[in-house]
Amino acid sequence: MSREPDGFEGKALRVSVWRGGAEGRFEEFEVPRRESQTVLDTVTYIQRHLDPTLSYRFACRVGMCGSCAMTVNGKPRWTCRTHVDKVAADGRLSVAPLANLPVVKDLVADMREFFDKWARSRGQFRPTATRSDEFARVRPDSPGRREADAGIECIGCGVCYAACDVVRWNRDYLGPAALNRAWTLVNDARDGAKRERLQAVAGDAGCHSCHTMMSCTEHCPKKLSPTRSIAGLKRATLRIALGEDS
Amino acid sequence: MTTRAGARLWVAQRATAALLALCVFVHLATIVYAVRGGLTAAQILSRTHGNYIWGAFYSVFVLAAAVHGAIGLRNVASEWLGFRGSAAEATVLVIALALAGLGLRAVAAVVL
Repeated sequence: MSREPDGFEGKALRVSVWRGGAEGRFEEFEVPRRESQTVLDTVTYIQRHLDPTLSYRFACRVGMCGSCAMTVNGKPRWTCRTHVDKVAADGRLSVAPLANLPVVKDLVADMREFFDKWARSRGQFRPTATRSDEFARVRPDSPGRREADAGIECIGCGVCYAACDVVRWNRDYLGPAALNRAWTLVNDARDGAKRERLQAVAGDAGCHSCHTMMSCTEHCPKKLSPTRSIAGLKRATLRIALGEDS
Repeated sequence: MTTRAGARLWVAQRATAALLALCVFVHLATIVYAVRGGLTAAQILSRTHGNYIWGAFYSVFVLAAAVHGAIGLRNVASEWLGFRGSAAEATVLVIALALAGLGLRAVAAVVL
Protein backbone atom coordinates (compact mmCIF):
# COMPACT_ATOMS: atom_id res chain seq x y z
CA MET A 1 0.00 0.00 0.00
CA SER A 2 1.44 3.35 -1.00
CA ARG A 3 2.13 5.95 1.63
CA GLU A 4 -0.47 8.72 1.69
CA PRO A 5 0.77 12.29 1.15
CA ASP A 6 1.08 14.65 4.12
CA GLY A 7 -2.16 16.03 5.48
CA PHE A 8 -4.27 12.91 4.92
CA GLU A 9 -6.83 12.85 7.70
CA GLY A 10 -7.74 9.19 7.25
CA LYS A 11 -11.34 9.90 6.21
CA ALA A 12 -12.84 9.37 2.80
CA LEU A 13 -14.92 11.94 1.00
CA ARG A 14 -17.71 10.64 -1.23
CA VAL A 15 -17.79 12.76 -4.37
CA SER A 16 -20.55 12.49 -6.98
CA VAL A 17 -19.25 13.78 -10.29
CA TRP A 18 -21.28 14.50 -13.41
CA ARG A 19 -20.13 12.34 -16.32
CA GLY A 20 -21.08 12.68 -19.96
CA GLY A 21 -22.77 15.52 -21.81
CA ALA A 22 -26.27 16.95 -21.36
CA GLU A 23 -27.54 13.37 -21.10
CA GLY A 24 -25.22 12.00 -18.46
CA ARG A 25 -25.24 10.69 -14.92
CA PHE A 26 -23.49 11.17 -11.60
CA GLU A 27 -20.64 8.80 -10.82
CA GLU A 28 -19.42 8.35 -7.27
CA PHE A 29 -15.77 8.38 -6.20
CA GLU A 30 -14.03 8.07 -2.86
CA VAL A 31 -11.39 10.71 -2.33
CA PRO A 32 -9.04 10.91 0.69
CA ARG A 33 -9.92 13.78 2.99
CA ARG A 34 -7.09 16.27 3.51
CA GLU A 35 -6.47 19.39 5.48
CA SER A 36 -7.32 22.64 3.66
CA GLN A 37 -8.63 20.63 0.72
CA THR A 38 -10.53 22.51 -1.97
CA VAL A 39 -13.22 21.13 -4.25
CA LEU A 40 -10.80 21.58 -7.15
CA ASP A 41 -8.29 19.41 -5.25
CA THR A 42 -10.82 16.58 -5.07
CA VAL A 43 -11.61 16.81 -8.79
CA THR A 44 -7.88 16.84 -9.61
CA TYR A 45 -7.35 13.81 -7.35
CA ILE A 46 -10.07 11.90 -9.18
CA GLN A 47 -8.55 12.66 -12.58
CA ARG A 48 -4.97 11.87 -11.56
CA HIS A 49 -5.60 8.80 -9.41
CA LEU A 50 -9.01 7.31 -10.15
CA ASP A 51 -10.19 8.12 -13.66
CA PRO A 52 -7.92 9.94 -16.15
CA THR A 53 -10.83 10.36 -18.60
CA LEU A 54 -12.51 12.95 -16.35
CA SER A 55 -12.65 16.34 -18.09
CA TYR A 56 -12.64 19.61 -16.18
CA ARG A 57 -11.27 23.10 -16.61
CA PHE A 58 -8.94 25.12 -14.41
CA ALA A 59 -5.91 27.38 -14.76
CA CYS A 60 -4.67 29.59 -11.93
CA ARG A 61 -5.97 27.67 -8.86
CA VAL A 62 -6.01 30.90 -6.81
CA GLY A 63 -9.23 32.68 -7.77
CA MET A 64 -7.85 34.94 -10.46
CA CYS A 65 -8.77 33.36 -13.79
CA GLY A 66 -12.40 32.31 -13.26
CA SER A 67 -12.11 29.11 -15.29
CA CYS A 68 -12.83 26.48 -12.60
CA ALA A 69 -16.42 27.46 -11.79
CA MET A 70 -18.71 24.45 -11.36
CA THR A 71 -21.92 23.52 -9.59
CA VAL A 72 -20.96 22.32 -6.10
CA ASN A 73 -23.74 20.77 -4.03
CA GLY A 74 -26.24 22.53 -6.27
CA LYS A 75 -24.69 26.00 -6.16
CA PRO A 76 -22.37 27.67 -8.65
CA ARG A 77 -18.93 28.29 -7.12
CA TRP A 78 -15.26 28.67 -7.89
CA THR A 79 -13.97 25.21 -7.02
CA CYS A 80 -10.45 26.50 -6.34
CA ARG A 81 -11.64 28.86 -3.60
CA THR A 82 -14.24 26.55 -2.08
CA HIS A 83 -12.90 24.54 0.83
CA VAL A 84 -14.39 21.10 1.29
CA ASP A 85 -14.85 21.94 4.98
CA LYS A 86 -17.37 24.63 4.09
CA VAL A 87 -19.59 22.62 1.75
CA ALA A 88 -19.30 18.95 2.72
CA ALA A 89 -20.22 18.82 6.37
CA ASP A 90 -21.59 15.27 6.00
CA GLY A 91 -18.59 14.04 3.98
CA ARG A 92 -20.44 14.18 0.66
CA LEU A 93 -19.90 16.41 -2.33
CA SER A 94 -21.64 16.68 -5.68
CA VAL A 95 -19.82 18.38 -8.53
CA ALA A 96 -21.49 19.20 -11.86
CA PRO A 97 -20.82 21.61 -14.73
CA LEU A 98 -22.15 25.18 -14.50
CA ALA A 99 -25.91 25.38 -15.05
CA ASN A 100 -27.53 27.39 -17.88
CA LEU A 101 -24.74 26.47 -20.31
CA PRO A 102 -24.38 23.52 -22.70
CA VAL A 103 -22.20 20.71 -21.36
CA VAL A 104 -19.15 19.82 -23.45
CA LYS A 105 -18.16 16.81 -21.36
CA ASP A 106 -18.18 15.93 -17.67
CA LEU A 107 -17.48 19.15 -15.74
CA VAL A 108 -16.72 21.33 -18.74
CA ALA A 109 -19.42 23.81 -19.73
CA ASP A 110 -19.43 25.47 -23.14
CA MET A 111 -18.86 29.18 -22.36
CA ARG A 112 -19.42 30.45 -25.90
CA GLU A 113 -22.95 31.80 -25.42
CA PHE A 114 -21.85 33.46 -22.20
CA PHE A 115 -19.07 35.42 -23.93
CA ASP A 116 -21.07 35.97 -27.12
CA LYS A 117 -23.57 37.82 -24.95
CA TRP A 118 -20.80 40.13 -23.70
CA ALA A 119 -20.21 41.03 -27.33
CA ARG A 120 -23.97 41.43 -27.98
CA SER A 121 -24.27 43.83 -25.06
CA ARG A 122 -21.48 45.95 -26.59
CA GLY A 123 -18.98 44.94 -23.94
CA GLN A 124 -16.11 46.32 -25.99
CA PHE A 125 -14.56 49.67 -25.12
CA ARG A 126 -14.81 52.10 -28.01
CA PRO A 127 -12.15 54.79 -27.68
CA THR A 128 -12.85 58.43 -28.44
CA ALA A 129 -9.23 59.54 -28.44
CA THR A 130 -6.09 58.52 -30.30
CA ARG A 131 -2.61 57.79 -28.98
CA SER A 132 -1.55 61.30 -29.95
CA ASP A 133 -4.16 62.84 -27.61
CA GLU A 134 -3.55 63.67 -23.98
CA PHE A 135 -4.38 61.05 -21.38
CA ALA A 136 -7.97 61.25 -20.22
CA ARG A 137 -8.17 62.59 -16.69
CA VAL A 138 -10.86 60.75 -14.74
CA ARG A 139 -11.23 61.78 -11.13
CA PRO A 140 -11.36 58.72 -8.83
CA ASP A 141 -14.18 60.30 -6.84
CA SER A 142 -16.32 61.24 -9.86
CA PRO A 143 -19.75 59.53 -9.87
CA GLY A 144 -19.11 57.67 -13.14
CA ARG A 145 -15.74 56.39 -12.00
CA ARG A 146 -17.25 55.17 -8.72
CA GLU A 147 -20.00 53.32 -10.58
CA ALA A 148 -17.49 51.73 -12.94
CA ASP A 149 -15.22 50.80 -10.02
CA ALA A 150 -18.08 48.97 -8.32
CA GLY A 151 -18.41 46.51 -11.19
CA ILE A 152 -15.01 46.48 -12.87
CA GLU A 153 -13.47 43.53 -11.01
CA CYS A 154 -15.55 40.90 -12.83
CA ILE A 155 -13.33 38.12 -14.20
CA GLY A 156 -16.00 36.44 -16.31
CA CYS A 157 -16.26 33.15 -14.42
CA GLY A 158 -19.94 32.60 -15.28
CA VAL A 159 -21.09 31.93 -11.70
CA CYS A 160 -23.72 34.69 -11.86
CA TYR A 161 -24.94 33.42 -15.23
CA ALA A 162 -25.38 29.92 -13.84
CA ALA A 163 -27.20 31.29 -10.78
CA CYS A 164 -29.65 33.45 -12.74
CA ASP A 165 -33.23 32.18 -13.03
CA VAL A 166 -34.05 34.65 -15.81
CA VAL A 167 -31.31 33.08 -17.97
CA ARG A 168 -32.93 29.70 -17.37
CA TRP A 169 -36.35 31.01 -18.38
CA ASN A 170 -35.22 33.08 -21.35
CA ARG A 171 -32.25 31.81 -23.34
CA ASP A 172 -31.91 35.17 -25.08
CA TYR A 173 -31.38 37.08 -21.83
CA LEU A 174 -27.93 38.65 -21.82
CA GLY A 175 -27.28 37.73 -18.19
CA PRO A 176 -25.79 39.52 -15.19
CA ALA A 177 -22.11 39.53 -16.22
CA ALA A 178 -22.65 40.98 -19.70
CA LEU A 179 -25.00 43.65 -18.33
CA ASN A 180 -22.58 44.47 -15.51
CA ARG A 181 -19.83 44.92 -18.10
CA ALA A 182 -22.09 47.18 -20.17
CA TRP A 183 -22.80 49.30 -17.08
CA THR A 184 -19.08 49.83 -16.36
CA LEU A 185 -18.63 51.08 -19.94
CA VAL A 186 -21.73 53.30 -19.78
CA ASN A 187 -19.94 54.99 -16.89
CA ASP A 188 -16.60 55.21 -18.67
CA ALA A 189 -16.08 58.86 -19.58
CA ARG A 190 -13.68 57.86 -22.39
CA ASP A 191 -16.08 55.51 -24.18
CA GLY A 192 -17.86 56.54 -27.38
CA ALA A 193 -20.54 53.86 -27.80
CA LYS A 194 -22.97 54.67 -25.00
CA ARG A 195 -26.05 55.09 -27.17
CA GLU A 196 -25.53 51.84 -29.08
CA ARG A 197 -24.79 50.03 -25.83
CA LEU A 198 -27.95 51.25 -24.10
CA GLN A 199 -29.96 50.15 -27.12
CA ALA A 200 -28.26 46.76 -27.06
CA VAL A 201 -29.05 46.14 -23.39
CA ALA A 202 -32.69 47.36 -23.37
CA GLY A 203 -35.76 45.23 -23.87
CA ASP A 204 -36.78 41.62 -23.33
CA ALA A 205 -33.30 40.14 -23.74
CA GLY A 206 -31.68 42.85 -21.67
CA CYS A 207 -31.86 44.71 -18.39
CA HIS A 208 -35.65 45.06 -18.38
CA SER A 209 -36.10 41.32 -17.93
CA CYS A 210 -34.20 41.32 -14.62
CA HIS A 211 -36.52 40.55 -11.69
CA THR A 212 -34.06 41.82 -9.09
CA MET A 213 -33.97 38.43 -7.38
CA MET A 214 -30.27 39.05 -6.67
CA SER A 215 -29.11 35.48 -7.19
CA CYS A 216 -26.14 36.85 -9.15
CA THR A 217 -25.19 39.18 -6.32
CA GLU A 218 -25.64 36.41 -3.75
CA HIS A 219 -23.32 34.02 -5.60
CA CYS A 220 -20.69 36.36 -7.09
CA PRO A 221 -17.31 35.20 -5.70
CA LYS A 222 -15.95 38.72 -6.17
CA LYS A 223 -18.80 40.18 -4.08
CA LEU A 224 -19.93 42.38 -6.95
CA SER A 225 -23.54 43.38 -7.42
CA PRO A 226 -24.64 42.86 -11.02
CA THR A 227 -28.17 43.57 -9.74
CA ARG A 228 -27.12 47.10 -8.90
CA SER A 229 -25.48 47.52 -12.31
CA ILE A 230 -28.64 46.26 -14.05
CA ALA A 231 -30.74 48.72 -12.02
CA GLY A 232 -28.39 51.45 -13.26
CA LEU A 233 -28.93 50.34 -16.85
CA LYS A 234 -32.71 50.43 -16.34
CA ARG A 235 -32.45 54.04 -15.22
CA ALA A 236 -30.11 54.91 -18.08
CA THR A 237 -32.42 53.36 -20.68
CA LEU A 238 -35.30 55.59 -19.58
CA ARG A 239 -34.08 57.96 -22.27
CA ILE A 240 -34.75 55.29 -24.88
CA ALA A 241 -38.23 54.68 -23.47
CA LEU A 242 -39.02 58.36 -23.53
CA GLY A 243 -37.96 58.59 -27.15
CA GLU A 244 -34.83 60.64 -26.79
CA ASP A 245 -32.86 57.96 -28.67
CA SER A 246 -34.34 55.93 -31.47
CA MET B 1 -40.40 44.19 -30.46
CA THR B 2 -37.96 47.10 -30.68
CA THR B 3 -35.71 48.01 -27.79
CA ARG B 4 -37.65 51.24 -27.38
CA ALA B 5 -40.95 49.36 -27.15
CA GLY B 6 -39.43 46.98 -24.59
CA ALA B 7 -38.16 49.89 -22.52
CA ARG B 8 -41.55 51.57 -22.73
CA LEU B 9 -43.34 48.47 -21.49
CA TRP B 10 -40.98 48.39 -18.53
CA VAL B 11 -41.62 52.07 -17.74
CA ALA B 12 -45.38 51.59 -18.17
CA GLN B 13 -45.38 48.69 -15.73
CA ARG B 14 -43.39 50.62 -13.11
CA ALA B 15 -45.47 53.76 -13.52
CA THR B 16 -48.77 51.86 -13.25
CA ALA B 17 -47.39 50.01 -10.20
CA ALA B 18 -46.82 53.35 -8.48
CA LEU B 19 -50.31 54.48 -9.45
CA LEU B 20 -51.85 51.21 -8.25
CA ALA B 21 -50.11 51.48 -4.88
CA LEU B 22 -51.85 54.82 -4.36
CA CYS B 23 -55.19 53.62 -5.77
CA VAL B 24 -55.27 50.46 -3.65
CA PHE B 25 -54.51 52.47 -0.52
CA VAL B 26 -57.30 54.99 -1.21
CA HIS B 27 -59.68 52.14 -2.16
CA LEU B 28 -59.05 50.15 1.04
CA ALA B 29 -59.02 53.19 3.29
CA THR B 30 -62.35 54.29 1.83
CA ILE B 31 -63.88 50.85 2.37
CA VAL B 32 -62.69 50.70 5.99
CA TYR B 33 -63.96 54.23 6.64
CA ALA B 34 -67.29 53.85 4.83
CA VAL B 35 -68.46 50.54 6.31
CA ARG B 36 -67.80 51.33 9.97
CA GLY B 37 -71.53 51.41 10.73
CA GLY B 38 -72.58 48.86 8.11
CA LEU B 39 -73.51 49.65 4.55
CA THR B 40 -75.98 48.18 2.04
CA ALA B 41 -75.58 47.96 -1.72
CA ALA B 42 -78.37 50.51 -2.13
CA GLN B 43 -76.58 52.96 0.14
CA ILE B 44 -73.34 52.51 -1.75
CA LEU B 45 -75.06 53.14 -5.06
CA SER B 46 -76.82 56.20 -3.70
CA ARG B 47 -73.43 57.67 -2.81
CA THR B 48 -71.58 56.73 -5.99
CA HIS B 49 -74.37 57.59 -8.41
CA GLY B 50 -73.47 60.79 -10.23
CA ASN B 51 -70.20 61.12 -8.35
CA TYR B 52 -67.84 61.80 -11.22
CA ILE B 53 -64.79 62.29 -8.98
CA TRP B 54 -65.04 58.68 -7.81
CA GLY B 55 -65.81 57.72 -11.40
CA ALA B 56 -62.59 59.34 -12.58
CA PHE B 57 -60.62 57.76 -9.72
CA TYR B 58 -61.85 54.26 -10.46
CA SER B 59 -61.41 54.74 -14.21
CA VAL B 60 -57.73 55.51 -13.59
CA PHE B 61 -57.56 52.51 -11.24
CA VAL B 62 -59.07 50.20 -13.87
CA LEU B 63 -56.83 51.43 -16.70
CA ALA B 64 -53.71 51.15 -14.55
CA ALA B 65 -54.67 47.61 -13.52
CA ALA B 66 -55.34 46.62 -17.13
CA VAL B 67 -51.96 47.90 -18.33
CA HIS B 68 -50.02 46.58 -15.33
CA GLY B 69 -51.67 43.18 -15.34
CA ALA B 70 -51.32 42.65 -19.07
CA ILE B 71 -47.61 43.49 -19.07
CA GLY B 72 -47.11 41.17 -16.11
CA LEU B 73 -48.97 38.37 -17.89
CA ARG B 74 -46.80 38.95 -20.94
CA ASN B 75 -43.71 38.38 -18.80
CA VAL B 76 -45.19 35.30 -17.13
CA ALA B 77 -46.19 33.85 -20.53
CA SER B 78 -42.70 34.48 -21.88
CA GLU B 79 -40.74 33.10 -18.94
CA TRP B 80 -42.92 30.26 -17.71
CA LEU B 81 -44.69 29.12 -20.86
CA GLY B 82 -42.19 30.17 -23.52
CA PHE B 83 -45.11 31.96 -25.21
CA ARG B 84 -43.52 34.88 -27.09
CA GLY B 85 -43.75 36.83 -30.32
CA SER B 86 -46.68 38.42 -32.11
CA ALA B 87 -49.21 35.76 -31.00
CA ALA B 88 -48.31 36.46 -27.36
CA GLU B 89 -48.45 40.23 -27.92
CA ALA B 90 -51.91 39.90 -29.48
CA THR B 91 -53.15 37.67 -26.66
CA VAL B 92 -52.08 40.04 -23.88
CA LEU B 93 -53.50 42.98 -25.83
CA VAL B 94 -56.87 41.21 -25.91
CA ILE B 95 -56.58 40.55 -22.16
CA ALA B 96 -55.69 44.20 -21.50
CA LEU B 97 -58.67 45.42 -23.54
CA ALA B 98 -60.98 42.92 -21.83
CA LEU B 99 -59.80 44.00 -18.37
CA ALA B 100 -60.21 47.66 -19.27
CA GLY B 101 -63.64 47.06 -20.86
CA LEU B 102 -65.04 45.01 -17.98
CA GLY B 103 -63.60 47.39 -15.40
CA LEU B 104 -64.88 50.54 -17.04
CA ARG B 105 -68.30 48.88 -17.47
CA ALA B 106 -68.37 48.26 -13.71
CA VAL B 107 -67.36 51.87 -13.01
CA ALA B 108 -70.10 53.09 -15.33
CA ALA B 109 -72.63 50.84 -13.58
CA VAL B 110 -72.07 52.42 -10.16
CA VAL B 111 -71.51 56.02 -11.28
CA LEU B 112 -73.91 56.62 -14.19
